[in-house]
Amino acid sequence: MQALYAQLLVGLINGSFYALLSLGLAVIFGMLNIINFAHGALYMMGAFCAYFLLNLGGINYWWALLLAPIIVGIFGMILERTLLQWLTGLDHLYGLLLTFGIALIVQGIFQNYFGSSGLPYAIPDQLRGGMNLGFMFLPIYRGWVVVFSLVVCLATWFLIERTRLGAYLRAATENPTLVRAFGINVPRMITLTYGLGVGLAALAGVLSAPINQVRPLMGADLIIVVFAVVVIGGMGSIMGSIITGFALGVVEGLTKYFYPEASNTVVFVLMVLVLLVKPTGLTGRAA
Amino acid sequence: MKSRFIASLLLGTALTLAAGGMASAGDKVVKIGALSDQSGLYSDLGGPGSTLATQMAIEDSGLAGKGWKIDVISGDHQNKPDIGTSIARQWFDVDKVDIIVDVPNSGVALAVNNVVKEKNGVYINSGAATSDLTNAQCSPNTVHWTYDTYMLAHTTGQALVKAGGTSWFFLTADYAFGAALERDTTAVVTANGGKVIGGVKHPLNTSDFSSFLLQAQSSGAKVIGLANAGGDTTNSIKQAAEFGLTKGGQKLAALLLFLTDVKSIGLDIAQGLNFTETFYWDMNDQTRAFSDRFAKRMRNGAPPTMVQAGVYAGLLHYFKALEALGENPHDGVKVVDKMKSIPTEDALFGKGEIQPNGRTIHTAYLFEVKKPSESKGPWDLYKLVGSVPGDQAFTPLDKSACALLKK
Repeated sequence: MQALYAQLLVGLINGSFYALLSLGLAVIFGMLNIINFAHGALYMMGAFCAYFLLNLGGINYWWALLLAPIIVGIFGMILERTLLQWLTGLDHLYGLLLTFGIALIVQGIFQNYFGSSGLPYAIPDQLRGGMNLGFMFLPIYRGWVVVFSLVVCLATWFLIERTRLGAYLRAATENPTLVRAFGINVPRMITLTYGLGVGLAALAGVLSAPINQVRPLMGADLIIVVFAVVVIGGMGSIMGSIITGFALGVVEGLTKYFYPEASNTVVFVLMVLVLLVKPTGLTGRAA
Repeated sequence: MKSRFIASLLLGTALTLAAGGMASAGDKVVKIGALSDQSGLYSDLGGPGSTLATQMAIEDSGLAGKGWKIDVISGDHQNKPDIGTSIARQWFDVDKVDIIVDVPNSGVALAVNNVVKEKNGVYINSGAATSDLTNAQCSPNTVHWTYDTYMLAHTTGQALVKAGGTSWFFLTADYAFGAALERDTTAVVTANGGKVIGGVKHPLNTSDFSSFLLQAQSSGAKVIGLANAGGDTTNSIKQAAEFGLTKGGQKLAALLLFLTDVKSIGLDIAQGLNFTETFYWDMNDQTRAFSDRFAKRMRNGAPPTMVQAGVYAGLLHYFKALEALGENPHDGVKVVDKMKSIPTEDALFGKGEIQPNGRTIHTAYLFEVKKPSESKGPWDLYKLVGSVPGDQAFTPLDKSACALLKK
């Protein structure tokens, strides 16, 4: 029983990454209608950004949490301005192909210079060590990841669903012409939204840098699972993607305990089941 | 970049040659296929570095000056046996390749082993670990150069049991390699009076090991045997430190650890780990000289791993055999027989021999990862703590299950 609690908690930790990443995807899809396959590469860039800030600029983890999402977010906005904006109104497939291509190029460039093994990034001093919860030894850093990503997820949800800015955003996706008539610069808002989604990915990258190796393919390995999470949760649903992210982390954690060999596939099995029963995803609205 | 340029030139020449009708039996034309994981979790320990090692072996053999024409092509098996075998088949059938080198990933290595045997080519495997290549699945066309699971179990594994690590829990990569390493290590553990109290199989290329590590932790085993490799091992070690496994008195057995892995974990966490390799760049003047030349041509300036060194040394020995034959007979068994008849000797692995089952025997070295304070450079990572003569480190012939020995 104790082991079970431990696995639940570990699942929640992984769920934090799924939630942060699928949230960014949901924001981008909901507002821009783009299936952002470059998300994994941008997550990886967030981790590399933290590494460079530390090793080239001597800037610590805490500043990296703030700066890396901004830097990578700006990179994302440049992508949106130069490439993605031309796809407005075209079939989803074009966005998918373009962002997938961008992901391959970015990963290829990083792999050419840094190889595949990855670079070390130490856990910040303040978050080292761990505490004994009775049923498991919880590294403090992992606890921090869960709490921090939960706060960020809820803040993003609040921003989009409960503030005036969020209302503009949602209105602009429904009817851009009308919103423009009210004097709101819709293209700029879309660029900023893409930047926000990308920033969330980069933030997840910084969070994961001390746990996983900072590797060019770290995003490519993760993004497939995250897409399954988004499909299960329902494309474009903000709260749905947060909840499914955490929930699937837990399901995966339990699988690792009961039948570890299937831990890589369980999410996809669930995805198939959900698609069979409810093709719009658990929280998705009918198209 | 220069090596890339040369590689593409070679590839171009090779293609033109292939188009212009191919060599018949008995000439001085050789074509080498470097098959590896070029972009995945094993690409740093083999990959492009193994292709570079191949090119350096050709240059250093001096055969070009003696009228030989040697070309290289490289391929990416993506850690998938079906892709590996189809590349190998195409290389033999269409590109007229004589020899395949490297091939990390035991699953792919065993599959390619069958193709090479069927096509009567030469196979110098450096990257794969499974001892099956020279046991149950041995082939007259295969030389297994650098290391294998039997050696890892009988060096690192044995040393740990003798130091008091009597109960083991395995974290095993769920494919041919992990299974072979766990099997060979379990045999050593039980033979030395220890016991295996549990284990968990994880999928290849896993990024989060916390669930598995918690199970290992609660098992109470004294030693946690890591029967995995590359990125899987580095993540296991890093996360084991995070979850306080080593502080709790459990010891990690990194059964297979490469130079690039240690570099990637960082000395802070990796310090004190014991493991075994058959080559380290900083052993003597000769290995340092080779490694300097290698690192200068490597895109990220890394010195060679033992896998890449094995590709180089294995090929040099292959060229020696060709020179002794006076021509390339394009007959794999004949060339491998010749390779077995000449004792091995090179700057990287020293003296040794290739046994009748295809196993290359050379000294294995026990290393310990240096403390950060002891390291004097970015790649100054190992401290030599002992060595095991080849005949004790590798499978003794009377214990080998290879059918070739029962002739």
